[in-house]
This record gives sequence, structure tokens and C-alpha cells, in this order.
Amino acid sequence: MNYEISKVAIDIQAVIDKVVQREAGAITTFIGTVRELTEGKKTLFLIYEAYESMAVKKLQQIGDEIKERWNGAEVAITHRVGRLDITDVAVVIAVSTPHRADAYEANRYAIERIKEIVPIWKKEHWEDGQKWIGNQLETVSYPSGKPEGDDLNE
Amino acid sequence: MNKILFFAHLRDEAGEESVMLEASGKTVAELKAFVAENYGIHKLDTAMAAINEEFAPNEEMIKEGDVIAFIPPVSGG
Repeated sequence: MNYEISKVAIDIQAVIDKVVQREAGAITTFIGTVRELTEGKKTLFLIYEAYESMAVKKLQQIGDEIKERWNGAEVAITHRVGRLDITDVAVVIAVSTPHRADAYEANRYAIERIKEIVPIWKKEHWEDGQKWIGNQLETVSYPSGKPEGDDLNE
Repeated sequence: MNKILFFAHLRDEAGEESVMLEASGKTVAELKAFVAENYGIHKLDTAMAAINEEFAPNEEMIKEGDVIAFIPPVSGG
């Protein structure tokens, strides 16, 4: 189970342990945390929600994409759902590869892809209200009804 | 019958997590139009659709028993 959605606090070391391999010369770990201030606005807490069964499949797809692009990579990703307070860990990505440059690049690729294709949403709660992010702002939209090009289910 | 799933702000607008509808024979685009009108959802045109947990284009035809999810732009990570 290298790709998981977790309702409880993520055990960071457990995610790292999944990618330990004798062939690896590097493991990079990305830890996404809940930020208090976004453009000056103070967040009190977040709620993350997932379409869990599909989210796990899409995390797996990202892992498969990485293994195709970076030889010898191992990948593990756990994303948290539920209520998260400031500084809580929202996502942990561990990537191991034979050489360090690949481990950095592949890890960066994983977080960017999560933000494109994994059905997880966050609801920001502020002192003066709340809002689901990624929709009303309309910074992202899908006029064709689907992600473009290689965002689809390769 | 087909199960239709709503997430994030779409669920808030629909007032339910899921509904059962007869959607087979409709395209994704036709179902979007039907749901937007009947459930008072305004931003459905910016949502993606998934059929049985895989992204599906607007022109894809829905079959009996398919589970359809409307997926607003995601904000995980």
C-alpha cells in the first residue's frame, strides 16, 4: 500500500520506509503542511475531502508515471483528509532513486501532479467565513470537461 | 440506474452527496446539463466528470450501472 488516504495523522517515517531499497543512493521527502497566511489572510483550519477510491488510483498513476520517467524510482504517497490545524501535515511524498538529482526532480513532479489530477479538495476556514478552494476562484477550469493532454489517464 | 456523486462545493449546492438517476444513453455533457438544471448547480461547466473512477470527456456515453462523479478543480497537496 504505497498510495494512501489517511484519516489520522501521517506517520512520516512509515512513508519513507516504504521506498527504502538497496539500489537507492537518495531518498527525498516532501512534507506539505497547513500554512496560516495566504496573501495576508489568516486561516484558522482546513478541511480536506477526497473521492477516496479514485484518489488512491490517481496517486498510483502518478507513481507509475514517475517509474516510467526516472529509472529505478520507488514512490510512496500518503494524503491526509479531515480537519487539519495550522502546521499539520497534509501530504507526505517519498521518492528513492539511485542518484540524488532524480529523487529531487521526481518528488517535485509528484506534488505538481497531485495538484492537477488527484480528486482531493480543501475547504479554508477563516475568521470571517469559509470556502472550497480551487473552484469559485476559477483559477483553474476545464472548459473541455477534462484535464488536457497528458493529464488524462495514461 | 446510475449513481451520481457530488464533491466539495458541488455537494453543498446539490444538498446531497449522491443521487440515483437514469443516465444511461446520455453523454457526460447531457448529464451535466440535466443535473445543473434539476439540482440548481451553477458551476458544473468548470467541473470534470469521472466515470467509474476515471476521467471522462464530455462526449463519452454513459452506460447502465456506471458511477458518475462530478469533480471540481482539485486543491489537494
